[in-house]
Amino acid sequence: MSEFQLAVPLLAAAAAILVTMTLALIRAMAGPTVFDRVLALNMFGTKTVLLICVVGFLIKRTDFLDLALLYSLMNFTGMVALLRYTRYGTFGDDGLDDAGAMQTGSVPTGSIQSSRFHSRCEG
Amino acid sequence: MQFAQEVLCWSCLIAGALFSMIGGIGIVRFPDFYSRLHGGGISDTAGAGLILLGLMIRAGFSLVAVKLGMILFFLMVVSPSSCHALAKSAMYWGVQPALDVARGRGKTVPRRATVQTEQRRGDDAGVPREPTGDVA
Repeated sequence: MSEFQLAVPLLAAAAAILVTMTLALIRAMAGPTVFDRVLALNMFGTKTVLLICVVGFLIKRTDFLDLALLYSLMNFTGMVALLRYTRYGTFGDDGLDDAGAMQTGSVPTGSIQSSRFHSRCEG
Repeated sequence: MQFAQEVLCWSCLIAGALFSMIGGIGIVRFPDFYSRLHGGGISDTAGAGLILLGLMIRAGFSLVAVKLGMILFFLMVVSPSSCHALAKSAMYWGVQPALDVARGRGKTVPRRATVQTEQRRGDDAGVPREPTGDVA
């Protein structure tokens, strides 16, 4: 079996992964709530790991797999941050008021225009 | 033997690529957050698992296959639990599903395209709510 035939499924998988990353970025920009954005970015990270693996096989440098392993560990760190988000609804401490209680009542959108950080910076 | 290995590798890679793209289309096209979770979960488990399995078949018995297995293990642990955490968090913050089943007919109708923000369900309804739009 020729070299080209061995590379065809890897090329197809890399192209499909790139298309999926583009779609995930579209959702990360358009998502109405912050949960859509976090979901899309989580998916983007997973697809980054896959793309590194496939490209490493494609150019016959399998030491790229160490980088992919590092990226999957970073995804694990992101999941820990997500579990914090489950509790407080924010990645920082600006979801808590002065008494330490959680501010509730509105779904966070995560967009730059409406974030509390932005309004706090404006005054 | 080598032909069978290549055929298995081809099928796993192409199936994984298809699952991944289907999940990507789903995350853009589905109407609300909870169904988008389904698209993301498909793409993170079936797509990633099949692509890594195809690469493992191509690598054979070697250290490369062990590294791919470790990556597969981490992805299989992380992405379903992060999907679960996201769904729980969204439920806690009151994101409502946009689709509802019509009463008595089993027909799916769109209820509301946008997110309902005024009410949060749960057992901690005693916490006083306050508007958060203009926090100085």
